[in-house]
Amino acid sequence: MTGGERVEDRALLGGRGRFIDDLPVPPRTLHAAILRSPHAHARLGRITAPEGVRLFAGPEIAAGLKPFIAALRTPMRHFPVATDKVRYVGEPVAVVLAEDRYRAEDALELVEVEYEPLPAVVSPSAAIAEGAPLLHEAAGTNLANRRRFSYGDPDGAFAAAAHRIAIEVRYPRSAVTPIECFGLIAAWDPDGDAFEVTAPFQGPFALHPVMAAALGVPANRLRLRTPPDSGGSFGIKQGLAPYIVLMAAVARLAGRPVKWIEDRLEHLTAAGSATNRETRLEAAVTDDGRVTALRYRQLEDCGAYIKAPEPATLYRMHGAMTGAYDIPNLEVENLIAVTNKTPTGLNRGFGGPQVYFPLERLMHRIADRLGLDRLEVLRRNLVKTMPYRTASGALYDSGDYGAVIDLARPALKELEARRAEARAGGRLYGVGLAAAVEPTVSNMGYITTVLEHEDRLAGGLKNGALAAATVAIDPHGGVTVTGDSIPQGQGHRTVLAEVVAGAFGLAPADIRVATEFDSARDAWSIAAGNYSCRFAPAVAGTAWRAASTLRDRLARLAAARLDLPLEDIRFEDGKVGAGPDREVPFARLAGLAHWSPGTLPQGVEPALRATEFWTPPELGPPDAEDRINGSAAYGFIFDVCGVEVDADTGRVRIDRYLTAHDAGRLLHRPMADGQVRGGLSNALGATLFEAFVYDEAGQPLAGTFADYPPPTACETPDPEILHLETPSPFTPLGAKGIGEGNAMSAPPCIANAVADALGVDDLELPLTPARVAALMP
Amino acid sequence: MPRMTVNGEAVEAAAEPRLLLSDFLRHTLGLTGTHVGCEHGVCGACTVSIDGRPARSCLALAVQCEGADIVTVEGLEEGPLHEAFRRHFALQCGFCTAGILMSLTAFLRETPRPTEQEVREVLSGHLCRCTGYTPIVAAALDAADA
Repeated sequence: MTGGERVEDRALLGGRGRFIDDLPVPPRTLHAAILRSPHAHARLGRITAPEGVRLFAGPEIAAGLKPFIAALRTPMRHFPVATDKVRYVGEPVAVVLAEDRYRAEDALELVEVEYEPLPAVVSPSAAIAEGAPLLHEAAGTNLANRRRFSYGDPDGAFAAAAHRIAIEVRYPRSAVTPIECFGLIAAWDPDGDAFEVTAPFQGPFALHPVMAAALGVPANRLRLRTPPDSGGSFGIKQGLAPYIVLMAAVARLAGRPVKWIEDRLEHLTAAGSATNRETRLEAAVTDDGRVTALRYRQLEDCGAYIKAPEPATLYRMHGAMTGAYDIPNLEVENLIAVTNKTPTGLNRGFGGPQVYFPLERLMHRIADRLGLDRLEVLRRNLVKTMPYRTASGALYDSGDYGAVIDLARPALKELEARRAEARAGGRLYGVGLAAAVEPTVSNMGYITTVLEHEDRLAGGLKNGALAAATVAIDPHGGVTVTGDSIPQGQGHRTVLAEVVAGAFGLAPADIRVATEFDSARDAWSIAAGNYSCRFAPAVAGTAWRAASTLRDRLARLAAARLDLPLEDIRFEDGKVGAGPDREVPFARLAGLAHWSPGTLPQGVEPALRATEFWTPPELGPPDAEDRINGSAAYGFIFDVCGVEVDADTGRVRIDRYLTAHDAGRLLHRPMADGQVRGGLSNALGATLFEAFVYDEAGQPLAGTFADYPPPTACETPDPEILHLETPSPFTPLGAKGIGEGNAMSAPPCIANAVADALGVDDLELPLTPARVAALMP
Repeated sequence: MPRMTVNGEAVEAAAEPRLLLSDFLRHTLGLTGTHVGCEHGVCGACTVSIDGRPARSCLALAVQCEGADIVTVEGLEEGPLHEAFRRHFALQCGFCTAGILMSLTAFLRETPRPTEQEVREVLSGHLCRCTGYTPIVAAALDAADA
């Protein structure tokens, strides 16, 4: 583990990356443009175009498809294109094909669509109110699901509580909006009745069988490949799944390969975002600030359709609803609404921001209401012994949360001094803090917590998080590695080369990592993909195990060859053996297995290719009491920040930001820090600037980067990053995830600081200057 | 049929009047190192050099560049800025990087000893979602020192 320069960078810096829009296309490829609904809610009439326009209307496309399968079976059928109604602005209505994209867009303007507009519902509480217009008449309601959970004795704890302190939060929609938009190339092979698609899809590959089923083919007839490079995803490119089905279906209808590249307007209005959520959270609290119970009511807004893997956003955190705190009693009521907005999906932090914002804002409020020190209240409630089983079933694996907080104490002291000085000068200065537990490597069964246990049993209990990796050694001793994750900038090639080189005593430069994923050739299962920070803990660890399998095989070969006891064999500096004169070059040993398999000692397998699968045994299905361990490992973050609010404009400036992490063993420190900075800057955007706002008619108000403004270098602070490394006992290398935590901790940390600066209690994100100015004392 | 110089080579290729320079470079000439992120001039990913000055290739038409001297990321000589980007981990997915290299190259030529604030202001014409900008700022300052 050297933390060395990235092998990815030379090509990217030279303009030699290979992103989806850079790849050659098959002969006779046509270019697609999508006609999208201008209405949030309307009945769809005739769709027509003049002769010569290659038009594929929604109903025609959907006739060859099956509705998407979802964990939650409802009568709310979802196709990748509108069939009878449109239910959000930007919903695909038809596809037009032409010789190039310019002509395809020309042709779009010739298509006529009849719409009968219907009243729209935009907020989830309006959607589930009596008499609201129905999105899906067949369901008879806009409430897709409602479940109540109780753990421990929340009623008893609330009855006995000295204080009941509550918070209400409307968490807005945002998304990290990668700079590369969606894109894909889809073709249909009539002879094999198979689809071939290339797209920077990021997983989870649980969606692969979902896509294949929608296309009406077995999964082995949907070959999905990814380009070598992907221009960022942050969860969002999970949303390629419906477009893969849409364009594959159109390619089949057209009998020609199809290429589609999404533009920014399409992306901002229709690609998908995190869910918005209305939450009421109440705590039962003792006089000294100990929280004895939490009671959540969460109303989730998934947009117009429950698009797979939703409602996963609501259930990812289910086992960890008590955050970093030892709270034995918990009640959760979850409601899922559909509204006339874009369907939601994965986004960095997935489900975490919507929970930690109310929870960490509430901890701040509890301290203030009781007149106690905010850090002291947080500390008093912390989980202190490991491993720790939460009330709702998560198994926190390791970590010393108090020790991480201690790392940040000096900064907190210094910020309090800055605040005193600023306030003495009449300036608005606040200090915020927040703690979060960051889940890593998702349990494929957590989503089934949305079902009643009997329904889970009927459907078969789901669990686990299978990761796969393959290591192969060629006749010259060259090592090739593949893993079931799809990089979007996380330097997978660099990390896997370092990990595998370590196993063989080789240099990272001796290892070649292939990251172009191919569902027809690579080892994978449904958990494959790049999400829930599974790369370092699961995929890199599984690659280590695959390398270890081959190392053990080579060690037996070397022991026989050199006549040494097996336990003396070491792998160092490209040699295998027990020191000078008693060693062979790694390459020669590898060559033996290839060139002389007949002469190997008995019991030594000649194959120098190993595929390993790994799933953490700690990940069981939800139990009969709805307890679920949603993730394999859990990191910890403690953030502190100081902000100054401009008294004239309401602009929030981050004065100092410090973030302390325990993400287990770090495989590559500079890239781990890069994940922290990136996650933090995304969170900064969601906290201060970005939101997908809709008007009352369901029209999205952000269609450009001018209306949806991600932070630039001028607004983004340079955080101080501290680490403790407590290895996870449950992952092969002791690593945990680190890329998502600040998406969870930073919004409440900054909001707590703004609340402190202004002396206000209620805040709604994003904290734009106009909104903050309105709160000014 | 605009004629121009691209990365030092004379180029003449058919272009409809409405063809964006970004599409001309990428799809007509095959210079795919220039990336398209928003096509409305905000993200800066498509920045190239036109007659020595950084410009958004998504806001220019190919036919406007008749006689121009264009440099794209493929035409930049690998030097201290590239090395500093590698050393500081100033890119992750690499999609916004080409445009940033084009802007910083022009900026550092004119401002060889910039302050951090000046670097941040130049970078504010570019969106990067991966890095949080800090390592890009560090790389630019480091390259300026070199």
